[in-house]
Amino acid sequence: MYFDSFAAMLSMDGHGAYVWSAYAITLVVVGALLLVPLRRQRRLLTELSGELRRNRGAPSQGPSVKEEDSHASGT
Amino acid sequence: MNTPGTALFCARLLRRQLVLAARRPVDIGNPLLFFAMVVALFPLGLGPAPDTLADFAPGILWIVALLSNLLTSDGVFRSDFDDGSLEQLLLSPQPLYLSVLAYVCAHWLVTGLLLALVSPVFALMLNLPATGIVALFFSLLLGTAVLSLVGGIGAALTVGLRRGGMLISLLILPLYMPVLIFGSAAVKAAVSGSPAAPYLAILGAMLSLAVALAPIATAAGLRISVDA
Amino acid sequence: MWTFFHKLGSPPWLYGISGTILRYLVPLTLIGLAVGVTWGLLFTAPDFRQGNSYRIIYIHVPAAVVALAGYYVMATAGAVSLIWKMKMADIAMKACAPIGAALTFVALVTGAVWGKPTWGTWWVWDARITSMLILLFLYLGVIALYEAYDNKEAAAKACAVLSLVGTVNIPIIYKSVDWWYSLHQPASIKFTGESTIHASMLYPLLLMIISFYALFTCALLMNMRGEMLARERRTKWVRKLAEDKAR
Repeated sequence: MYFDSFAAMLSMDGHGAYVWSAYAITLVVVGALLLVPLRRQRRLLTELSGELRRNRGAPSQGPSVKEEDSHASGT
Repeated sequence: MNTPGTALFCARLLRRQLVLAARRPVDIGNPLLFFAMVVALFPLGLGPAPDTLADFAPGILWIVALLSNLLTSDGVFRSDFDDGSLEQLLLSPQPLYLSVLAYVCAHWLVTGLLLALVSPVFALMLNLPATGIVALFFSLLLGTAVLSLVGGIGAALTVGLRRGGMLISLLILPLYMPVLIFGSAAVKAAVSGSPAAPYLAILGAMLSLAVALAPIATAAGLRISVDA
Repeated sequence: MWTFFHKLGSPPWLYGISGTILRYLVPLTLIGLAVGVTWGLLFTAPDFRQGNSYRIIYIHVPAAVVALAGYYVMATAGAVSLIWKMKMADIAMKACAPIGAALTFVALVTGAVWGKPTWGTWWVWDARITSMLILLFLYLGVIALYEAYDNKEAAAKACAVLSLVGTVNIPIIYKSVDWWYSLHQPASIKFTGESTIHASMLYPLLLMIISFYALFTCALLMNMRGEMLARERRTKWVRKLAEDKAR
């Protein structure tokens, strides 16, 4: 540990505001990079499962279902 | 109908484009008028001091030439796309590379070449020293050809889009930057008394690279736009 | 070899395998970033000339490096999608653009924040900063072009062409901006030069660069998974996924 105290770590000889704000901005952007696609994926799946549940009442599946062989089960 | 040879075909295509342009002289005049007006804006914005203007003149003239080239490049393929003759061209057995080159060449003749020809007038108005004017003429001559070739790529990619006008500037302005750097540097070098030839040589190198590669990308872009 | 290639083109297979990869890669990336940041921020000595503000390079340099590499990944994916008409390459190319733009943005902002205490100004038209700004414009151009097309297949192809054109241009832009800067180098800003970086500072930097590459991979795979689901929402395997989730 280079810094003697917590306060020294925060101030970094006067450069603290710059250093910490740079890291904070990066954290926000990196967090957004990872969370935005994750949320999108979750929302899509929830939407689709809701759609399926609603359609389950109807006896026939919609004609829009493409019969596509899959190489592996998508898990 | 017998098919003409490739060279003849391209010559006809070029002639057709030029005739079309000549029939609408306003379209030829507009970029020049734009050039004149924007040049007039700079003394108003920067102040009329001759020394300041002379300092900035190489950059101003080059940026304005770049902008007027940008504004016209949007229309290179537009009318032919709208009336379907572009689709005919893609179906014809002629190599698309050369046809694209004919289009771009026509565009350069009616914008870049004319801009280069009238640029000495504006250079004088901005108080550019006489030594820089020759360099300005030749750098514009070479540089606008590169700009037309690169602009053709953007035009081809956006020709099928309704709101292409703004988009094309976002796509191709970053690609224009090297030309701007060396074009204005050539003029500055000439003004300061050092030879402008090295910069013109670099512009020439850019031109050869652009002639070799840009029509390929433009052709690919046209196929995508027509297919969509 | 070819079966692998074919599998790569199959969304359900790629969706499955990327899920497995992400399960390990995301924690590893986060650990790498956390260790690298703590190491860089707290356990290295300050640079003798720049003081503590140099600690920003532990995010600035990796972001810049990966942002540039990301453009080449995007262009390569674009080339693959144009030549072999692979759907997955399309999706990968489209997924690269926002990530690359975000990293370029991070590099620019952290550079500006670093410049304030070091050079005394937020922004200088320095060769590297200007090149990064142009890179950001190139990324945003690709995104704008993709969004402008209604037909997403044509959009992907157009973006592939644009990113390939950009790839040819990036070295030219970098070289000319470099040269332009050497011509205009203002006397007021003295460069510290490539101060020989001390090994104790280098190791955390290397760790951060590797972690940022891993971060790029994670974000890329996650973006691709979302895009795959959206594009294939009418197929059996996506429905099966949704059903599994509904239970």
